Amino acid sequence: MTSLSVWDMHGGIHPPERKELTNRTPIQRPTLPARLILPLAQHLGAPAEPCVTPGDRVLKGQKIADAAGVFSAPVHAPTSGVVRSIGPQPYPHASGMASEAIVIDSDGQDQWTTLQPHSDFRSMAPADLLELIRQAGISGLGGAGFPTAAKLAAPTAPRARVLIINGAECEPYITADDLLMREKAMELVAGIEILAHLIQPERVLIGIEDNKPEAIEAVRAAVGEREFQVRSIPTRYPSGGEKQLIQILTGEEVPSGGLPIDIGMLCQNVGTCVAVHDAVLLGKPLISRITTLTGEALARPMNVDALIGTPVENLLEFAGLDASKLNRLIMGGPMMGFTLPSTDVPLIKTTNCLLASTLTELPPPPPALPCIRCGECADVCPASLLPQQLHFFALGQQHDQLKAYNLFDCIECGACAYVCPSNIALVQYYRAAKGEIRTLEQKQHKAEHSRQRFEWRQERLRRAEQQKEADRKARAERAAQAKAAQTQSSAVTPDDAVARIQASKTALSDEQKKRKIEASMAHVALKKAEKQLATHATAELEAQVAALREAAAKAQQALAEATATAPQTTGAATRPTDDDAVKKAKIEAAMLRAQLRKLESMESRDEQQQAELAHLQARLANAEQTLAGAQQNASAEPSRPVGDEALKKAKISLAMRRAELNKAEKTGADEAELSKLRDGLAKAEQALHAAEQTSAKPAPELVRTDKRPVSEQARALKTEVAFARADLRRLERDAVSDAALVEAARRRLDEAERKLQEHTDS
Amino acid sequence: MSAVLIAVLALLALCLVCGAILGFAAVRFRVEGNPIAEQINALLPQTQCGQCGYPGCKPYAEAIAGGDKINKCPPGGESTIQALADLLDVEPEPLDAEGEVPPRVAYIREAECIGCTKCIQACPVDAIVGAAKQMHTVIVAECTGCDLCVEPCPVDCIDMIEVGRDLRSWQWEQPLLPGQMIASDREQAA
Repeated sequence: MTSLSVWDMHGGIHPPERKELTNRTPIQRPTLPARLILPLAQHLGAPAEPCVTPGDRVLKGQKIADAAGVFSAPVHAPTSGVVRSIGPQPYPHASGMASEAIVIDSDGQDQWTTLQPHSDFRSMAPADLLELIRQAGISGLGGAGFPTAAKLAAPTAPRARVLIINGAECEPYITADDLLMREKAMELVAGIEILAHLIQPERVLIGIEDNKPEAIEAVRAAVGEREFQVRSIPTRYPSGGEKQLIQILTGEEVPSGGLPIDIGMLCQNVGTCVAVHDAVLLGKPLISRITTLTGEALARPMNVDALIGTPVENLLEFAGLDASKLNRLIMGGPMMGFTLPSTDVPLIKTTNCLLASTLTELPPPPPALPCIRCGECADVCPASLLPQQLHFFALGQQHDQLKAYNLFDCIECGACAYVCPSNIALVQYYRAAKGEIRTLEQKQHKAEHSRQRFEWRQERLRRAEQQKEADRKARAERAAQAKAAQTQSSAVTPDDAVARIQASKTALSDEQKKRKIEASMAHVALKKAEKQLATHATAELEAQVAALREAAAKAQQALAEATATAPQTTGAATRPTDDDAVKKAKIEAAMLRAQLRKLESMESRDEQQQAELAHLQARLANAEQTLAGAQQNASAEPSRPVGDEALKKAKISLAMRRAELNKAEKTGADEAELSKLRDGLAKAEQALHAAEQTSAKPAPELVRTDKRPVSEQARALKTEVAFARADLRRLERDAVSDAALVEAARRRLDEAERKLQEHTDS
Repeated sequence: MSAVLIAVLALLALCLVCGAILGFAAVRFRVEGNPIAEQINALLPQTQCGQCGYPGCKPYAEAIAGGDKINKCPPGGESTIQALADLLDVEPEPLDAEGEVPPRVAYIREAECIGCTKCIQACPVDAIVGAAKQMHTVIVAECTGCDLCVEPCPVDCIDMIEVGRDLRSWQWEQPLLPGQMIASDREQAA
């Protein structure tokens, strides 16, 4: 506590205070609600992701939703109970829209999960400490709800030189922080110590407005000899704004569009500090907060330490709401809060006040009159803006001008509207204009993104087209090459073919081959035995050699016999090659003819070509002769058994008859024609049987498949069964599907199966 | 005589020098594409829907730069017409369509999708994923709501769904103008 000097801020107002309604009674605990609604988006940033499913039993303090990324915070169960559902629930928002939430039915036992306190936080690594704070689900409790861990973790380049603890609480009705500082000063200081240990600032400043003397006293006593400076600041709205408080305490101004960290400042609310203390030293996540219940419609206005997720109506009931007096129910203070559309919304982490006002307390604003350009608004603007100018630009939708006049530095404190003699709801214009500009920027961004995607797609398609073209060319080239190679090889084909035919003619039959191998094997065995006999002459070996010699002689003889019979066997063996020869000859003749025609079609032929033509003609004649010979040869061969051919024919004709009959039946031909066709079918069948008997092939095993036409009704029933089964399968696969739905699907399947059974039975 | 000659020669030399400089500048500082068309393209919503009669936003931007009307973009609506009018310094015209449609996205009823890939080929921004004989689905964040996938679908399983407001896209309404009163206020004021 060195200096008590504070600086001045621009503007500010002194709205009438109503803090005395609630700052005289201690913090109380409302009764445990039967049902708690925990929205997944209680903080700025991405909504948390549920990690429980309906029906799960959860304990107090158990994590029920995980942070989705850095700018997010987990959600914990505020009491023990059963997860009832996860889905859209009423949400405290000016729009009155629903938001995803986890609903917990309390079991009344309020049973804690196992807590892990870390009393030795000074020995912990900063990263671990930060993770502890992140996992406790702490987000700024002052009102904006920025995830605290993200705020603490973000600065690496500009380090936070000054840690500012915000106990200003400038809203005219709210006393939650006041009571918190009075009753939990020790916890507050312990929380500040943890934060100071984490970010190692040069100075720690605690700013408290001078309308809270007890709180200042309590915090000073708790701070004791520590290096924290408690500063009493003059009461003026909105000194509790982050940027305003920084200016008041340090005299430095946060640059336009910048963050406090840009000038080495970090600001935390007193409630957040206590939550950090609870999270680190007690291991308790953020599951409750101190909220002011105030307004003249309440019989017992007070501060409560309420569980997050408690429905607002429960709290109001606890404070003795007189529904007949209630005019407007506001969440937050009268200056910056918003009117709640209903009382079934839950309390969330950022709810610092519920104001149940009567008509006389907060009368509806008189109708707005045109601006008289008095300039009062500019005098009171804490951000040193020109509200009047902004108002006109907002009316004219001049977005560029609005941005040039720093609309986005507006903290929406409402001071300008408060002093406006024409009762113009200035803040609403700024909010609307901000929304409009953000929407347009998003659209622009999306358009740019789409344009890029479109261009990438065009580029991709162009490349694919090029690739296709290149492939096509490559294919054409390969084909041309292959053709050229073929024409070249065709020149040598005739000799080749002849040679091959000759070779195949002299080729040995299998029988001969076998004999030859046997003979040579016997010969080798004999040689081996003779060698052995030469080295060690024994009687045994001698006998063996004699036997082998005999065997070799026999084998040789057999070979001779086989070769003698060869002419007959080779005749049979060469049959396929004869077929080949016919084919070859045909191809050759055709090719020669084509070449000849080409040459002939040429209008002017030179001498060489003339000679070639003559040569080709000669070759063609030759080839045709060869072909004729080969064909004769081939036809002389015994043809395939006649029975096979006949069998095939009979089968084909049967199939054709059957198809005709089917077609006629389908088209609804008259009886005479049908009977004729049936006769034809029967005849064809008989013919087939006859053919089967005469053919050498074994008769096929007849397997009659039931091809009876399925009746329309049976088909419908079968389809229904299939659909019902598919439905049931899908529901069963889907883990979250309703049990009742599954049951219904099962019943439907059973019913369908029963019907089908009945139909097939009848 | 010589004075005239000197003057002619001096002018000739000057012309040659200037011509050389201009020629060099034409090559060295050549502008690729049409800069006005680029600026117009930046204002268009890039849905690539073709409702203007051109195959995409860029061709329409080029057409506007070439003198076409600025009111042929239904997805852009009045705000785009206004922006184009400001840029080109022409009078804004009423939209040449039935009216503005709220932002929409395509939705594929997946049970009915037969996996024909026709919508994938039609999508100008590759916002539909899927493969032949596999179910397709729309990436909502990438969909521009251009409608082009609806027509080629052989089983009509694509719906265009309006993008409603959610908590994140909600914004405050601008209050009534000063002096502009609703009936009950007027009674009270009287």
